[in-house]
Amino acid sequence: MAYGGIYLADEFILETSGLTKEFAGFFAVRDVALKVRRGSIHALIGPNGAGKTTCFNLLTKFLKPTGGQIRYKGQDITAMPPADVARLGLVRSFQISAVFPHLTALENVRVALQRQHGSSFDFWRSKSVLDRFNPRAHELLNDVGLSEFANTPAVEMPYGRKRALEIATTLALDPEMMLLDEPMAGMGHEDIDKIAALIKRISAKYTILMVEHNLSVVANLSDIITVLTRGQVLAEGNYADLSKDERVKEAYLGAGHG
Amino acid sequence: MSALTDDTLPMTPRAMRDEMIVFALMAALLAVVPFTGIYPFFVMQALCFALLACAFNLLIGYGGLLSFGHAMFLGTAGYVSAHALKVWGLPPELGIVVGTAAAALLGLATGYISIKRQGIYFSMITLALSQLLYFLYLQAPFTHGEDGIQGIPQGHLFGIFDLSKPLVLYYVVLVGFLAGFLLIYRAINSPFGEVLKSIRENEPRAISLGYKTDQYKLLAFILSGTLAGFAGSLKVFVAQNASLTDVHWSMSGEIVLMTLVGGLGTIFGPVVGAFVIIAMQQYLAGFGQWVTVIQGVIFVSCVLLFRRGLVGELAHLLRRSL
Repeated sequence: MAYGGIYLADEFILETSGLTKEFAGFFAVRDVALKVRRGSIHALIGPNGAGKTTCFNLLTKFLKPTGGQIRYKGQDITAMPPADVARLGLVRSFQISAVFPHLTALENVRVALQRQHGSSFDFWRSKSVLDRFNPRAHELLNDVGLSEFANTPAVEMPYGRKRALEIATTLALDPEMMLLDEPMAGMGHEDIDKIAALIKRISAKYTILMVEHNLSVVANLSDIITVLTRGQVLAEGNYADLSKDERVKEAYLGAGHG
Repeated sequence: MSALTDDTLPMTPRAMRDEMIVFALMAALLAVVPFTGIYPFFVMQALCFALLACAFNLLIGYGGLLSFGHAMFLGTAGYVSAHALKVWGLPPELGIVVGTAAAALLGLATGYISIKRQGIYFSMITLALSQLLYFLYLQAPFTHGEDGIQGIPQGHLFGIFDLSKPLVLYYVVLVGFLAGFLLIYRAINSPFGEVLKSIRENEPRAISLGYKTDQYKLLAFILSGTLAGFAGSLKVFVAQNASLTDVHWSMSGEIVLMTLVGGLGTIFGPVVGAFVIIAMQQYLAGFGQWVTVIQGVIFVSCVLLFRRGLVGELAHLLRRSL
């Protein structure tokens, strides 16, 4: 599937309206309207406690909103369980690297490939039937530069490589849209460059929404940025515009201290 | 539970080959037992418990679910088989089928309720449900309460094998055990087993990959309960009775004990654990009530010294998957 053309009917792959999450009187996310353009890299930024992660968990259905609506490809997914959302091609990553530690890199990717092809309830068959996924799994590992780690248990891989493995596992699902939760969290410079290049490369085929702290990463990668503060959208635009925006500067530097 | 299964080695073709060699050794050893002068009743009993522990291990070692009520499957299948054999006069093979099927249904019902919660809450629900059944069996007329169902006819399996002959019974129990063991082994190394392990390792991630994890956990629970029930049905022929002991919560505790002593999440650990515990009960019987104390001490030292269990430590030492 090639993206990047003009979509009149469904220009936005993911849209929210009035999205709200209230925890006993405290609004972690309030009335957020977000539109993610098909084929773009969209970043969600904001100071600590701005509600980025809550917003993210709402979008991936790991939290239930107390108000508002989420539409994915025109379909209302507000009340849909997370596993079903994943099956629609909207797949998330996690802040803490989410791999299956005692499975090898190859097995990690295979678990994802296996889901789409049924037979996952077959307890009477040998797992050698899964070998038919090996070529595709190797291809995916190769894609993210992990060929040499194919038979290494994930737990023994360096941190940056685990994140790459996580992306390979997500790609195995052949998603349409990926939600990345702080893909660079806890990484050194060298790894950040590698993962950023990887995200840039895969963005040719997928829509990406990411929550990210590292502003230089956001600056280099994103087509559009939404700034959240206190659970609400403060501003939206590209990095060049936002970096001149007084309100954004204030939010990041902390007006309260000035 | 992940802390307990930290050292699981990834499966490789070599690991599978190693395991098949050990399996062949185990089968050969067990096959010659009747000619060694070892009390066959003891080994048969241990085999039933070994299968029970293996079934339990499928759930906790590979699904990360600690059931604290597995005695309910052992006891239910035992009662139903015993009743079917004695009162309905069913032949042994049907008695086993009926008992095992009862355990499967029980697995479906109790699993459906308990997998809705995680961690300690899951364990507590399984315990509560098994206690509920215990009091039901205590009151129900067909179980004969404190007396249990006694003097169960052993009959002829498939009309051919006379189960009242200890040697015949021994091999029937052995075949049953090996078949159950292989089924569990296959389940662990199946496409289903891969998903189950991924759920144990990181459930939110498995969900994010689109797996409806509750369905997999439920299937694991039913499989485990069914095989535990199969062990209970076999045990009826060995013990020739079905009693409240088998549904008591302390039995559930013993299953946990066997599995931990042998090695959680190892293929052969539960078998070794079951033999160790049953041998202790058998050969330390002279100490009376002290058996429990000795068991407790062994349990504590096992957890402190061999956190991975006997087989788990050995596997770690040899860098092999056992």
